[in-house]
Amino acid sequence: MFWTVTKSLLSGLGTTFEIFILTLLFALPLGLLVGFCSMSKWKPLKYLTEVLVWIVRGTPLMLQLIIIFYGPGLWLGHNIWNGGEKGRITATVVAFVINYACYFSVIFRGGIEGVPVGQREAGQVLGMTKSQIFFKVTLLQMIKRVVPPMSNEVITLVKDTAIARIIAAYELTFAGYSFMKSAGITWPLFYTGVFYLIFVGILTLLFHFIERKLDYFR
Amino acid sequence: MAILEVNHIEKHFGNTEVLQDVSFSLEEGKALAIIGSSGSGKTTLLRCLNFLEVPDGGTISVKGEVLFDAARANKGRDAELRKKRLHFGMVFQAFHLFPQYTALQNVTLAKELLAKEQPDYKSRKNEILAEINEQGKDLLLQMGLEDRMEHYPHQLSGGQQQRVAIARALALKPDILCFDEPTSALDPELTGEVLRVIRELAEQKTTMIIVTHEMAFARDVADQIIFMDGGVIVEQGDARQVIEAPREERTRQFLTRYTQG
Repeated sequence: MFWTVTKSLLSGLGTTFEIFILTLLFALPLGLLVGFCSMSKWKPLKYLTEVLVWIVRGTPLMLQLIIIFYGPGLWLGHNIWNGGEKGRITATVVAFVINYACYFSVIFRGGIEGVPVGQREAGQVLGMTKSQIFFKVTLLQMIKRVVPPMSNEVITLVKDTAIARIIAAYELTFAGYSFMKSAGITWPLFYTGVFYLIFVGILTLLFHFIERKLDYFR
Repeated sequence: MAILEVNHIEKHFGNTEVLQDVSFSLEEGKALAIIGSSGSGKTTLLRCLNFLEVPDGGTISVKGEVLFDAARANKGRDAELRKKRLHFGMVFQAFHLFPQYTALQNVTLAKELLAKEQPDYKSRKNEILAEINEQGKDLLLQMGLEDRMEHYPHQLSGGQQQRVAIARALALKPDILCFDEPTSALDPELTGEVLRVIRELAEQKTTMIIVTHEMAFARDVADQIIFMDGGVIVEQGDARQVIEAPREERTRQFLTRYTQG
């Protein structure tokens, strides 16, 4: 039984990991873009972005996922997500990317605005170009500011992947839960928890490492 | 001939006139101190010289070359603006050292980036970088920071940080070095070491403009003093004369308030 459960959980972990990595891969650059839009000097873009971020952060991710997965089928009369597991994962990643990009955008914005104006001015009076100021002066300071709140979001993302269960994507939590339903046993649920703990533990170590690397300056 | 000529500079933020008809000139090798209470426009004037603010009127010329002319609305391209900025060096009140670089790297960074634009950079790269590094070390030595070169800004005291900032500004060999209240962010006991460095620069005939609240220092180190109030130059003249025998009533009032502390 133990090996059956382990195999199922590993398969669920695969899906969880897929959602996690793909979300990060797309939400990080998109978040930076949304962040820049929210700082735009062109007011319509700024306000539009702020409304988008408000809606996305103001409603449950689970609700967003349900709408994104079932909505198109009901509105258009056909499911755009392809049936089966692939389609569910794609829909999940789309919902997660939009959601997390909005959260990331706020973090990036804080990181950019948190670098004192004096840093840019010091670069200017030293005859640096705009791109030199960004890459040589502000970027690393921005990254340093962004790492701690980012580690919070990334760890939350690991556990948020369990929300994909609502559209029956076979991720880690669903895998553990299915044994309770089919065999009436609860220990796989705790075993599932161990998988999450190890996943998050590795990420925590990774973020500690990055923070230590950036600890040489203030 | 004057190295710097500033004529009829005007600057307003919204409806507030920050600078009105500000004109003065500065001879090469001389030090000019600008005094006045907070909000008198001293800092804005320095920022205009360094192109951190764009004046709404007037001209700025260095060595006879017109760098800025509001009438010609020269919205210079980035590259041109950068070149013009290099006539001036700037030392900020709050230092603004780059925290992720060591003291030495702070001094050499801008010079290294500029060197990349030299036509012979590729062929002489190592030689050029070694030169810049040597020059940076010399400057820090001159600032009395020979044992602090590899320290990061947060490991330095305020006075040491400000001396690194002075070395950083000097590294680009500006025609005119500007100081914006260089000691205002420092504890009294750290003020002395920064003032000493500026005094030495004056003795070496560095052309300088110093915005300061240190009246005794202004009198002893500067050749010329400008007293500003409400965005206009109220009085300018020989340093000793302005401090010890001001001609204008407003200057006298300001100085009295200062000496009474």
